[in-house]
Amino acid sequence: MSGPRKIDIYALTWRLPIILWQLVFFIGPVLFMVAISFFVVKNYRMTEAFEFVNWQRMLTRGFFWDSYWYTLFIASLSATIAMLVAFPAAWALAFRASDNLRRWAVFLLIIPFFTSYLVRTFSWYVILAESGVLNAMLGYIGLGPFRMLNSHFGTIIGYLTLTLPLAVILQTVTMANVDKTLIEAARNLGCKPFATIWRIVLPLSKTGFIVAALFCFILAFGDFVAPFYLGGSQEPTLPILILDTTKSGQQWPRAAVVAIMMMVTLFTVAFTAIALAYRKPKGSKG
Amino acid sequence: MTGRWLNIALAVYVGLIFTFVFAPIIFSLIFSFNSQRFPTIPLGEFSTEWYVKIFNDPDVWTAVRNSLIVSSSTAVLATVLGFCTAYTDFRYNFRFKGPYLALILLPPTIPLIIMALAMLAWLSRIGMSGQLWSIILAHSVMTAPFAMAIIRLRLHQMDPDLEAAAWNLGGNEWQAMRHVIVPFCAPAIVSALCLTAAVSFDEFAVAWFVSGLNKTVPIVILEIVQGNIDPTVNAIGTFVFLTSMSLVILAQLLFISRQIKSHS
Repeated sequence: MSGPRKIDIYALTWRLPIILWQLVFFIGPVLFMVAISFFVVKNYRMTEAFEFVNWQRMLTRGFFWDSYWYTLFIASLSATIAMLVAFPAAWALAFRASDNLRRWAVFLLIIPFFTSYLVRTFSWYVILAESGVLNAMLGYIGLGPFRMLNSHFGTIIGYLTLTLPLAVILQTVTMANVDKTLIEAARNLGCKPFATIWRIVLPLSKTGFIVAALFCFILAFGDFVAPFYLGGSQEPTLPILILDTTKSGQQWPRAAVVAIMMMVTLFTVAFTAIALAYRKPKGSKG
Repeated sequence: MTGRWLNIALAVYVGLIFTFVFAPIIFSLIFSFNSQRFPTIPLGEFSTEWYVKIFNDPDVWTAVRNSLIVSSSTAVLATVLGFCTAYTDFRYNFRFKGPYLALILLPPTIPLIIMALAMLAWLSRIGMSGQLWSIILAHSVMTAPFAMAIIRLRLHQMDPDLEAAAWNLGGNEWQAMRHVIVPFCAPAIVSALCLTAAVSFDEFAVAWFVSGLNKTVPIVILEIVQGNIDPTVNAIGTFVFLTSMSLVILAQLLFISRQIKSHS
């Protein structure tokens, strides 16, 4: 019975725009970036080629791997710190605050995402400087001055500016959705508060927590502002490496190598995390 | 009694977290009215010097104009793309729907610096880099997912029979779209316009790479920050903050508050 299928113009009108648009302006750029990692630069001009010279150059250099492991380390560290620092606050907002208060807290924590990250970083720069606000305050109680800029500390403060609000929001929302009767039941059966957190709340919020940690990691891993302005880029992270190679050296192919290594790493981390997040707990069927 | 102390300790802790999150925003606001070149405590005198300075800087005005063009065009493009995709997801099931949705939802997970490099290389290749609209193209890809998410949430609240009812009453698909779907989504559409504009207005990495000599406001901030300590950044930052916040609050009033109402 099925005759020649009529082309449904109405359906295509809504379906096609994004396909075409993303093919040209999203898939195109990403694939082209992979392609240029095999191009060569001659006399400051990029020429089409298929050579592995950029890959070889970058992956056999110590400075690339130093930067790679450092970025992986500092991004993981800051994601861990963000998750740990956020937890007590999120717990309080999820279990001790009224619904109304919690809604306000989450709304307030969304505000930073719409304020310029650059301006906030600059503000930290002034606060943390040798003669800045924080050292002046500490000076009144006879401490310091401490050197807080151009250090790992500065970098991590910058990352936390980006990730902490997100960590608190995601943890709060996740824990607020935990069935309160289960917590009551645990308490009635004599479970101590910390044991309740460890054995009831955390296992039930596993997925949300892993997703939150993953987001914190991705944001820190890809950010060039914090390590550049607050960390002093003494140990350049991968994003700084991309920035330097692209902007000053005109070495787009080498920057592309770094970018591809970053994307491969991010996808690996993301897939592992998501597999962990949705893994069925031990002993359950299915 | 321990419960009470615990509550107090937790309240203080939450207060500290909020202090950390809002300290840079509030200090930036304070410093923008502070006369010191290198702000510290105790504060200098109240001064509007930095505002006067940016007000008289023609580069800042050009950047503001560029930013307004970029963010409003991005908002329109991203919202149209987001609407089409949200409607397709709402109405149709088809093969490869997973990859189709991934295609639009993936861009925000890619670090800005990588997006910036990829866009720069590709747009130069096809002869489209270094223009104001290069930024618009890149930003539309990055912000369309947000528009799609907001409009999709709104469509989720719609009774699917509503569209069918319009067809039964003799309307064709296009008329049903115009008289049923679009009016129903109107608040979400406006709110998507506001949010995508706000995101685009703030974005600096990709804009900086692909814009060539055309500067938007975040690029001007980036360039000032790269130089010396210059408190004009705080004045510009306060202006940017007010713009983005107005857009976000508008979006909130139009959409998110309705969302809560319709749920309760």
